[in-house]
Amino acid sequence: MFNFNKKLKIFSLVLILLGSIGVGIGFLSSPSNVDEALAMVSSSHDSNHDNYNEVHNNALDYHQEKPHDDEHHYDHGKHVKHQLQNRPWASIFVAAFFFFMIAMGTLAFYAIQRASQAGWPILLYRVMEGITGYLLPGSILLFLFLLVSGLHMNHIYVWMDPETVAHDEIIQGKVSYLNIPFFMLRALIYLTGWNLYRYLSRRLSIAQDNAEKGNIKNYKLNFKISAGFLAFFFVTESMMAWDWIMSIDPHWFSTLFGWYVLASSLVTSVTVIAITTIFLKSKGYLPKVNDSHIHDLAKFMFGLSIFWTYLWFSQYMLIWYSNIPEEVTYFLTRIDDYQLPFFGMIILNFVLPLLILISSEYKRSNWIIVMAGIIIIIGHYIDIFNMIMPGTVGDQWFIGVPELSAFTLFLGLYLYFVFNSLSKVPLEASGDPYIVESKKFIY
Amino acid sequence: MDEKLIHAVYDDDDVLLSAVKELRNAKYQIKDVFTPFPVHGLDEALGLRGTRLAVTAFLYGILGFSVAVAMIYFIMIVDWPQNIGGKPSFSFMENLPAFVPVIFEMTVFFAAHLMVITFYLRSKLWPFKSPENPIPSTTDDKFLMQVIVKGDEDKLNNMLTKTGAVELSMHKNESE
Repeated sequence: MFNFNKKLKIFSLVLILLGSIGVGIGFLSSPSNVDEALAMVSSSHDSNHDNYNEVHNNALDYHQEKPHDDEHHYDHGKHVKHQLQNRPWASIFVAAFFFFMIAMGTLAFYAIQRASQAGWPILLYRVMEGITGYLLPGSILLFLFLLVSGLHMNHIYVWMDPETVAHDEIIQGKVSYLNIPFFMLRALIYLTGWNLYRYLSRRLSIAQDNAEKGNIKNYKLNFKISAGFLAFFFVTESMMAWDWIMSIDPHWFSTLFGWYVLASSLVTSVTVIAITTIFLKSKGYLPKVNDSHIHDLAKFMFGLSIFWTYLWFSQYMLIWYSNIPEEVTYFLTRIDDYQLPFFGMIILNFVLPLLILISSEYKRSNWIIVMAGIIIIIGHYIDIFNMIMPGTVGDQWFIGVPELSAFTLFLGLYLYFVFNSLSKVPLEASGDPYIVESKKFIY
Repeated sequence: MDEKLIHAVYDDDDVLLSAVKELRNAKYQIKDVFTPFPVHGLDEALGLRGTRLAVTAFLYGILGFSVAVAMIYFIMIVDWPQNIGGKPSFSFMENLPAFVPVIFEMTVFFAAHLMVITFYLRSKLWPFKSPENPIPSTTDDKFLMQVIVKGDEDKLNNMLTKTGAVELSMHKNESE
């Protein structure tokens, strides 16, 4: 049984505390005093606008060169104000979604192993269950975030703003799907379904350990609900990606977006499983996990990195080639304003994992996997950043206090809940009928 | 060489694997093992060196990548630039997305084909070559192990029977 000792507890609580302070600073330093900012932008024009620009890194040169009438100017100022206001919210969303996605992807990976009755990963089941321990707190936080957005406390989703929709025929056509009550209801359905599976499967998994020898009723039932969950999950995950992320750019759509988010989620999850396993092994737990188990996880890291790149490129190339205005704006924003994260991410998520993990000897070496894993995690954090920021913050982005502290805050929460759930039950699923196969597993 | 070989036939891969381990522990020399399918852990049990085919595959991939880049650069930029969908046709970098599929396929093509050819050359396989396996059933359901006889023949025979061999036969070591 994992010992969630004081040192780790304090470490994760310190992360939460530091993160909360940083997030608070982020909210205070953005033009959070709405009235003042509005007055600043709307009362006068050029003088205040210039001050405004100076404060915010002169990022608006491009707009200033354009001649514009008062109304346009006002709209523009409001737009910039919204973007700056969005920054702390969007950075929270990136972090909340990223850590939620790790738990979600791990849950899917776990269900795949259960449904395929795989022999090798049984020693890792408790590690995966530990990581999905963050699913419930992560879901609640994310749902609260969506609720707050639905209550118009931020401008992450432009389609939630009735004034915008009134002037936008494209969004008007989507109102029957993109409206706040239905959006919240869908979120509730996805999250309830996933958490329900997590709860039941975890309970059956523990019950199997305590069952008498030869009685595999719990195991069989777990197999059935895992298969059912997967059918539910792959549909709802796609819809989740449309709802929560793709609708940030409500004019743009991509049919493979759900799989793209799934690929990102799965590769991050497998990486986190590998790193957690290596961490636990270094502390003397999981004595039966050998380097063949690690090797298999590393193969998944390698393969899923390439799968992610395949989907990224499929999406990019088709839009680049057809060059249709309403589609191509999505990538134009990213290439113009987000050049470094957008292309840097390809190096972190594809080139480096490909070259580092291609050798089968390196896939069995713990420190190389941890290094590659850190690269993959950073890369996919930037991937989520690139999905959410351009539609919410636009060219006002910067990786500063709000972004880093949102990451710290959620990292702390994540570590706390994962360690907590790892410490609850023995780390070996000893009742599983295939446990011997996993113990004897050699590649 | 006037060496003798014992051909021991097994009908189960797990039995074969433990027999290999036992014989190697008893310092017997195993010349070769014929199996109808790859047996997990057999190469390790036989003490075979790891394959270097992976390294060649990586090099062939790099070769394919370079050939593809050079080829597509010559065809699409130098020799005959075409206006396709209004894309800039005189720049390799600005057209890169369109070339990536070609480069990818050529990399895979080179790596796969050259690796297979290398494998055949290295294992001395070519079309119409007469098979090396002593009994044809090693391509069906039997496993055959060739042990070089050293010291007491009966002792070895007994040992092989004990490990679960279903058939034993004596042969001359002809090759090499």
